[in-house]
Amino acid sequence: MHLAVWTYEGPPHVGAMRIAASMRDVHYVLHAPQGDTYADLLFTMIARQKARPPVTYTTFQARDLGGDTAGLFKAACADAYDRFRPAALLVGSSCTAELIQDDPGGLAEGMDLPIPVVPLELPAYQRKENWGAAETFYRLVRAFAGPSAPPPGTARAPRAAGHRPRCNILGPTALGFRHRDDVTEIVSLLGRIGVDVNVVAPLGASVADLARLGEAEMNVVLYPEVAGVAAAWLGRTFGQRTIRAIPIGVLGTRGFIAEIAEAAGLDADVLLAAEESRLPWYSRSVDSTYLTGKRVFIFGDATHAIAAARVAAKELGFAVVGLGTYAREFGREVREAAAEYGVEPLITDDYLEVEAKVAELQPELVLGTQMERHIAKRLGIPCAVISAPVHVQDFPARYSPQMGFEGANVLFDTWVHPLMMGLEEHLLGMFRDDFEFHDGAAPSHLGHAPTPRTEPAPEPALAVSTAAPAVAPAAPEPPGQPGWTPEAEKELGRIPFFVRGKARRNTERFASERGLVRITVETLYDAKAHFSR
Amino acid sequence: MNHPSPLSRLAPRAGALSGCAEGEVIHERGQREVFCGLTGIIWLHRKIQDAFFLIVGSRTCAHLMQSAAGVMIFAEPRFATAIIDERDLAGLADANEELDRLVTKLIARRPDIRLLFLVGSCPSEVIKLDLSRAAQRLDSVLSPGVRVLNYSGSGIETTFTQGEDACLAALVPEMAEAKAEDRSLLIVGALAETVEDQFRRLFAEMGVGPVTFLPPRRAAELPAVGPGTRMLLAQPFLADTARSLETRGAKRLAAPFPLGMEGTTGWLAAAAEEWGVPRQRFDDAVAAPRRRAAIALAAHRERLEGSRIFFFPDSQLEIPLARFCAAELGMTPLEIGTPYLHREHLAEELALLPAGSRIVEGQHVERQLDRCREARPDIAVCGLGLANPLEAEGITTKWSIELVFTPIQGFDQAGDLAGLFARPLSRRDRLEV
Ligand code: SF4
Repeated sequence: MHLAVWTYEGPPHVGAMRIAASMRDVHYVLHAPQGDTYADLLFTMIARQKARPPVTYTTFQARDLGGDTAGLFKAACADAYDRFRPAALLVGSSCTAELIQDDPGGLAEGMDLPIPVVPLELPAYQRKENWGAAETFYRLVRAFAGPSAPPPGTARAPRAAGHRPRCNILGPTALGFRHRDDVTEIVSLLGRIGVDVNVVAPLGASVADLARLGEAEMNVVLYPEVAGVAAAWLGRTFGQRTIRAIPIGVLGTRGFIAEIAEAAGLDADVLLAAEESRLPWYSRSVDSTYLTGKRVFIFGDATHAIAAARVAAKELGFAVVGLGTYAREFGREVREAAAEYGVEPLITDDYLEVEAKVAELQPELVLGTQMERHIAKRLGIPCAVISAPVHVQDFPARYSPQMGFEGANVLFDTWVHPLMMGLEEHLLGMFRDDFEFHDGAAPSHLGHAPTPRTEPAPEPALAVSTAAPAVAPAAPEPPGQPGWTPEAEKELGRIPFFVRGKARRNTERFASERGLVRITVETLYDAKAHFSR
Repeated sequence: MNHPSPLSRLAPRAGALSGCAEGEVIHERGQREVFCGLTGIIWLHRKIQDAFFLIVGSRTCAHLMQSAAGVMIFAEPRFATAIIDERDLAGLADANEELDRLVTKLIARRPDIRLLFLVGSCPSEVIKLDLSRAAQRLDSVLSPGVRVLNYSGSGIETTFTQGEDACLAALVPEMAEAKAEDRSLLIVGALAETVEDQFRRLFAEMGVGPVTFLPPRRAAELPAVGPGTRMLLAQPFLADTARSLETRGAKRLAAPFPLGMEGTTGWLAAAAEEWGVPRQRFDDAVAAPRRRAAIALAAHRERLEGSRIFFFPDSQLEIPLARFCAAELGMTPLEIGTPYLHREHLAEELALLPAGSRIVEGQHVERQLDRCREARPDIAVCGLGLANPLEAEGITTKWSIELVFTPIQGFDQAGDLAGLFARPLSRRDRLEV
């Protein structure tokens, strides 16, 4: 048993729902109690989808448990087929149904439905949402691409002369972080490289599309969390090349173009030479000097976190002070990346651990999920969201990809936006006694928010309630903390609020390391000198 | 009905209504699209300010809480989930020891907690984890500093608001014994604090009292109960709580629910009558707020009159809401879905519904959607999973959950309640895209 306040991932059947909801003609019959129908709102409220996800829940109740829950399941399958006429049926259990062991797969297969049934075994007490999505996608791909697989060991026929190379784009799903726009961006980029797209899956695909997956010569795996397993199987079965470069940021996109061009035997030098993103120039322009060495903490799914670290360090000139993921399945990749930046990797799905880490590191910018946005807000640190789990705000009306050259522009804007502008920061330092530069002064372009935040969306009244103390007291005060003299306290108050927390902590650490009981103005400046070495 | 409702004596009766107490109730079975009782924690943890709710369940339960809450609040919660994992199921870990370990950690971290609820879920019930024994065991260690109670919010036992019922029912045995001669009025069901205060003032003016509330704002303020206790239900979903209170000697005052001007009048009147308040004093007490409510309602009535409304089952508030919409706003309920119909507690409400109202208990969501599409109501009241899809089909909706989260009871909220129905329609009127 473990304690969870917020979770980064839902249960694995929610991953399966994301696949079903991505596709055009698949229906999912889920053996589950009524409360599990909450998952519909993820799609209809968060992603604002216009249709309910294609899911039928059996909604068994306690009184059914002694009776015929299997019969209930079969009736639900029959009803779902009659009503929705899908091309294929996914069947499986939620956490509760797993315990009553009705075997949905066996039951549905025994019904002789006129459509293929794909049974899902998603161990709910062991696995989580992304695993469930990956497993479901893999099962579907195997079920429908499998029949056209060549005999094992068959070499792939070379592309016919005069034909453009073709690829599949794998991994985008419903509820993915900006997947909709990433697909548009990458399809267009591939077109400019000279590669045609055979199938995009699961987002927008039909069962018939899955059956055609083998026709492409390579698979672009945009989101390995969802498509990694399926792509590995496709690679083995059809001799397809897997493109692993993640086109996030300018470097990532260039690496992606180079990998595709190499795999397809195309020349991409012209495309690579053209500066298609504004990010490189914006980063070099003098106004961006103030971004230099900004301390940034990064947390998210592995793909986005690793890519964000590279963009932060190499494209914006930030200093990566923390890097982590909740996706344990990708722990190795994140550890390698963390080693590159010389930071301790944080592999955890415990929100409180992440909060404690952010409080300890006191970064100047947090790049994370909606959870980290919440943490950052509480700690008064600017934040931008880079990864699922998603929130309604992560489905902007405007075109806003994370991938490709336009994606790089979006990253520059959204990460820099929450920060103080360069000259503004200096003015605050110089005129800190000016009454308008009081504690609550936020970056001037961010409206009236009392603390910097990524978006001005009003939080409902309850969110600002002071009734509930934090579950995790942020960095508990060690006993015997040195005391501040009133003068020192006053001087501290003149330090702009966005660095004041750090100054306070550093000074206290400096003082207690030296066994000082009182912090004077002198101590404050001594500490400043000490830490600025 | 064999006794006239207080409303009929004290409030002017709406002409067109002839009552449907004998009307047909259709029972439906099929896929339900309703939250489970865990969801009640979202408002209960705000209401009882020193209580913590520890769900013993699965990742699904944790995800439900986060998703349902995430749409509405994202503050630091006083709830969490103890997620059962494969080690617990395989017997590699003793679930009770695990629970003790987590609770000890939790209490150490949150010294402000006075009341801890262990909340059962579908998985904890199916594996027969005995949370009442666990609660007793932990209580014997942690009390008096922290009381530990339990109830079930599982989806196999409870729908949405029944979670509050189960929680309040768990509090009843903890209530002190009131002396038989101590007369008091107990208001049962979570209300917003402003609404509580308004009712307190009204009862004081009428000379009805002392008045206590369940749930209280703090665990230590749990009221006493005894044969002198008269209870007024503020919410229509409190079957178990009312039954437990009755076994403690309390008597329920039959009344409509305090929704709208007439509902509130009837509700207050039930207590006034029990306390023998003279008619004039009652009228004087309610005159001003009734006048305000009438003005507030008139503004919305103009837009809503004649509109046809369709209720999907959600909170069990559907019948009182339909009665309010019909009687005070001139709307026509096409179908009133409710997850569960408590005929006794709703007798006064049923009597006030327009004759022939179609009431559907239970749910078959697909058939109900078919009926809704067929009926083309002007507004449909439904859960979050259905709202946008219906809007996309051109049917204006009101999320039912907002009716549970917004203060809608009492005179001064009658206009706000009407506004909740009027706003989606006025939005439709404004938008030209
Ligand atoms: S229906 Fe059951 S399993 Fe699902 S969230 Fe509710 S209590 Fe948990």
